[in-house]
Amino acid sequence: MERPRIGLVFRLFARASRIQRKRAFLTVMAIAWGSLALLLLLAFGEGLKRQLVKARAGMGTDLAIVWPGETGKPWRGLPAGRPIRARFEDVEVVRRRVQGLETCVGEMTNWRASLTNGRKTVNSRLIGANFEYGEIRNHIPQAGGRFLDAMDESERRRVVFLGDELAKELYGDEPPVGRQLLVDGTPYTVVGVMKKKLQMGMYGGPDADHALVPITTFKAQYGYEFLTVVLLKPERREDMPAVIRGFREVLGTRLGFDPTDERAFGIWNTAGEADVIRNIAIGIQLFLGIIGALTLLIGGVGVANIMYATVKERTREIGVRMALGARPGWITGPIVLESLAYTLVGGLLGMLAAIVVVVLLGMIPVEGNQALEFLGKPTLSVPIGIATASILGLVGLLAGYFPARRAASIDPAETLRYE
Amino acid sequence: MHVFRKRNGKGNGNGGPVIRMEGITKVYDTGKVRVEALRGIDLAIGGGEFVAIVGPSGSGKSTLMNLIGCLDTPTGGDYDLLGEPVKGLDRNRLSAVRNRRVGFVFQNFNLLPQISAYENVELPLLFGSVSAKERKRRTEEVLARVGLEDRMEHKPTELSGGQMQRVAIARALAMDPAILLADEPTGNLDSTSGGDIMALFEDLWRQGRTIVVITHDAALSRRASRVVEIRDGRITRDTGARPEGGNAREALPE
Repeated sequence: MERPRIGLVFRLFARASRIQRKRAFLTVMAIAWGSLALLLLLAFGEGLKRQLVKARAGMGTDLAIVWPGETGKPWRGLPAGRPIRARFEDVEVVRRRVQGLETCVGEMTNWRASLTNGRKTVNSRLIGANFEYGEIRNHIPQAGGRFLDAMDESERRRVVFLGDELAKELYGDEPPVGRQLLVDGTPYTVVGVMKKKLQMGMYGGPDADHALVPITTFKAQYGYEFLTVVLLKPERREDMPAVIRGFREVLGTRLGFDPTDERAFGIWNTAGEADVIRNIAIGIQLFLGIIGALTLLIGGVGVANIMYATVKERTREIGVRMALGARPGWITGPIVLESLAYTLVGGLLGMLAAIVVVVLLGMIPVEGNQALEFLGKPTLSVPIGIATASILGLVGLLAGYFPARRAASIDPAETLRYE
Repeated sequence: MHVFRKRNGKGNGNGGPVIRMEGITKVYDTGKVRVEALRGIDLAIGGGEFVAIVGPSGSGKSTLMNLIGCLDTPTGGDYDLLGEPVKGLDRNRLSAVRNRRVGFVFQNFNLLPQISAYENVELPLLFGSVSAKERKRRTEEVLARVGLEDRMEHKPTELSGGQMQRVAIARALAMDPAILLADEPTGNLDSTSGGDIMALFEDLWRQGRTIVVITHDAALSRRASRVVEIRDGRITRDTGARPEGGNAREALPE
């Protein structure tokens, strides 16, 4: 007797909803518009988030980038202000002695090397680095090429890896791999070209513009001694502070500075930065979502309005139903159901429209347009769908609940009194 | 699940009265205005009676009808319907009592305009959890009983006033209630249709129905077996229960 009779509620709803199609249509459109706005805002947020995260990862993640500095504290009788620079050999020592290190890479830089292909000469950055650089700095070779490897380094081979923009400048549309390149007059062989990538963080300049050779070859050609940059990559991100401390201790002993001296080396710790970027992007997405949800809420107010009007119009009818023995739940149920139906039908229309818009926007080429490249493409995802459906459900419930509560409070004796 | 009992008209099966009211009072208190609509009603109506409740406007007879029909609850006093106290029932229970025990007929019919006569009559059966097969059987049966078997698919707007009131009576009968409670059932009808409806009530009463009618209509109250008059919230005259088959017109001096 007391069990809720869902079937009855549905039957009563089906009868009631046949009545007012025109008004319902407008309300459904309002909800569809709100859903479209919500979904598009979330989709743009998602596209932006993916692009930001990808761009941040372009330089490589969880690295410490170490520059030469000057001592800030006196040490064992030596005054402050001495320049501190790591040498080629220090990389090997750091690798052996510092705990928790995945790898350590040294870089030497020639800021204006002249690179010549036939009659075309370009002045560009040339970097000599340990071959592990490719992996930690996210230099993925295009098909048909490779990055520098251990043999190149140990045998001081004259091989060069080019950034994609630089390769284009030197070779145009021809494939550079296997071709010769004169580096400050010395012939090198191009072994690979970097795959195009989105890069947000950088030091020295964008990776697309530089050329890389084995650090041993570089040293032999130019006779440099000091490293421009040392890269530290810990095995686990949370070990980064310990690795940096270990690095200062090891090199403090070798180069003669106070291991607590933070000015001896300039260090940019990027560990966790990708997470920060992701969180910022999620924050932006949340903000966009709230704006969208507010738009949708306006549609919900429309639904509530139509339901209030319905209740007012049907006051006598509701009174009659009550007199005939309808329980309060059988009065409120169909009203809430009707509100949910408007909301969900509108939501479905909005979703279809959003999918169409996103697909159409996806067809616009963004290659080459820097602003659009970072904005990314609006992207719909399952979590966005779930979030939208939840907001729609909530709006529908609320828009139905309050009018239904009014309907349930109708006093049948009052409404049936004959005036 | 509700089970239809064929009522023999001699009460409710346990021998007691269908309606028993003792010291019923009803006060409407809006904060500023305090209206005593009923000031102590004692009334017992047995099975098979045809009671007309009469009285001038504002006498409290509508309030009494709302209380009898469980649309409202009394401020004080005891009300038993079929021997069961109504006091303290929650809204769901009151709905169930209205659904099962009371058949309402209103002056302005109160049919739902968008649905057919058939669907209107079916409504209380839906609320009463009656199975689909039984609903169809009962709906067709009561519509035939009021002579509208050929108007079942008509909407209320396509029916005459008399026909609408007969649909309303069929709807009131659908759940086979203990009492048929009518509020000025002939008030909106011309005299011919009104006469038909009165005849229908009398017919139903002669078949053993318990009927309570609130009316100004002397023609209708003369057909009743008992007349109760209310003034200022009190019963001022009660002709009392008559032997079966006797009309009040025999007891009331003109």
